[in-house]
Amino acid sequence: MNEDTLLSARGLTLHFGKVPALVNVDADLWPGEVLAVVGESGSGKTTLLNVLSGRMRADAGVTWYRDPQSRLHDVHAMPAPALRALHRSDWGFVHQNPRDNLRMSVSAGGNVGERLMAAGQRHYGNIREAAIDWLAQVEIDPARVDDMPRTFSGGMLQRLQIARTLVTHPRLVFMDEPTGGLDVSVQARLLDLIRSLVARLNIAVVLVTHDLAVARLLAHRIMVMQRGVVVETGLTDKVLDDPQHEYTQLLVSSVLQA
Amino acid sequence: MIPMLEVQHLAKQFTLHLRGGLQLPVLHGVNLTVHAGECVALAGPSGAGKSTLLRSLYGNYRAGAGRILIRHAGEMVDIASAPPRTVVQVRAKTLGYVSQFLRVVPRVPALDIVAEAAPDRSQEKAAALLHRLNIPTRLHALPPATFSGGEQQRVNLARGFIGGHPILLLDEPTASLDAANADIVIAMITEAKARGVAIVGIFHDAEVRRRVADRLLTIAPLQDAA
Ligand SMILES: Nc1ncnc2c1ncn2[C@@H]1O[C@H](COP(=O)(O)OP(=O)(O)O)[C@@H](O)[C@H]1O
Ligand SMILES: Nc1ncnc2c1ncn2[C@@H]1O[C@H](COP(=O)(O)OP(=O)(O)O)[C@@H](O)[C@H]1O
Ligand SMILES: [Mg+2]
Ligand SMILES: [Mg+2]
Repeated sequence: MNEDTLLSARGLTLHFGKVPALVNVDADLWPGEVLAVVGESGSGKTTLLNVLSGRMRADAGVTWYRDPQSRLHDVHAMPAPALRALHRSDWGFVHQNPRDNLRMSVSAGGNVGERLMAAGQRHYGNIREAAIDWLAQVEIDPARVDDMPRTFSGGMLQRLQIARTLVTHPRLVFMDEPTGGLDVSVQARLLDLIRSLVARLNIAVVLVTHDLAVARLLAHRIMVMQRGVVVETGLTDKVLDDPQHEYTQLLVSSVLQA
Repeated sequence: MIPMLEVQHLAKQFTLHLRGGLQLPVLHGVNLTVHAGECVALAGPSGAGKSTLLRSLYGNYRAGAGRILIRHAGEMVDIASAPPRTVVQVRAKTLGYVSQFLRVVPRVPALDIVAEAAPDRSQEKAAALLHRLNIPTRLHALPPATFSGGEQQRVNLARGFIGGHPILLLDEPTASLDAANADIVIAMITEAKARGVAIVGIFHDAEVRRRVADRLLTIAPLQDAA
């Protein structure tokens, strides 16, 4: 593992039957850095995110996480309770579908506060205050703190999921197509929000997206995946403006402007 | 004289995989040294590779061969071989670039685009520089997507100049400006040189080039590899 990386993976390989979802994938992430994983549908992006975050096991390879005390953890060898604790505090996971993360039967404020309680906070007043503050930060009217998520639009639900994820100030957030399935204008607002929050809080992000414009806007570095293989990696603008690999050239030439 | 930028035997060609692997050689054997306070203008016909050279210097295009040494934090860093994180640091502190066209970000106002590039994120300095470039206050709060080409270029210039980088790369900075605004840009370039900034630029306008450039580097078009 590189001396100062936050997360490092080497040789990740995973097959679903005959389908190669990950083939010998290496990845590094430094504190405060946004790494985009791009590629067409089925190229293995979500699988990579699941393996890096310990939600899924690879057939081979290793993933290391460096905690704030600079201790290294083998993500796939960690005891389940320790991994769950990591996911509740240091880490966050933003799903493409906010319903996979939110509790639809709990109020908006409850959804945000719940994660603080899971991280050990007990003082009701403080939790509610933090929840209201975070609703405002993701541009949800704090007056809606007691409303149920099912009364929210798709864009609001996604912003609520982001508030719920960031309220514990994670150092590392995994995002799977956070703007997928939203209207273009709603996407722009969400991207702008993610961009400013990530920069201000200095969060490291592994961002899965099939949208090169999203990668261009948010990511310092980019990894291009094809059939489970990382075919090209580097500085985002360099990979998009001067792609070397045939598949990257095809991806870049297939969009209007990224 | 302090060399700020040193290009050694730079070569660059594109391989167009979607055109059957066609090889397009653009730069070959480019050597260039730029000292503090100097402005070198890239000359040559359209399509010769001037923008390609500038983008390579910024680490936006991948150099095929050769070295691109940038004086950064007291050392010469080779942009051509530096890891991405180093390039990010060099760009933040040392190397500024004004692209030919502003890439607009949805929803971000002109003032923020410029202030985000300032070392201290100062909105006041951003506003002052936008005013100097004749972008009126009423436009500062708007995203530049709807601005005219000349207005977008001036926002782009403000963003490029506010960083106070010791090396600046300018791709046709006055291309869509009227004479009065071009004069302002010429004054900004002249002041930057006086502060010791090393500049490499492409200036389509011969008069602008004459007024700012100390030297020319001519980029000759390469023959297509047969
Ligand atoms: N749980 C699973 N069982 C079987 N095949 C799967 C499973 N998850 C993913 N795959 C397959 O693995 C490949 C990579 O999938 P995925 O990581 O979801 O790609 P992406 O996120 O890039 O669209 C695809 O061919 C997909 O069908
Ligand atoms: N990203 C790229 N991919 C492929 N070819 C490129 C790319 N960028 C520039 N070129 C080609 O390189 C040559 C030089 O272009 P450019 O550097 O823009 O010339 P100039 O700035 O001198 O007008 C042109 O033939 C152009 O088409
Ligand atoms: Mg997926
Ligand atoms: Mg050009």
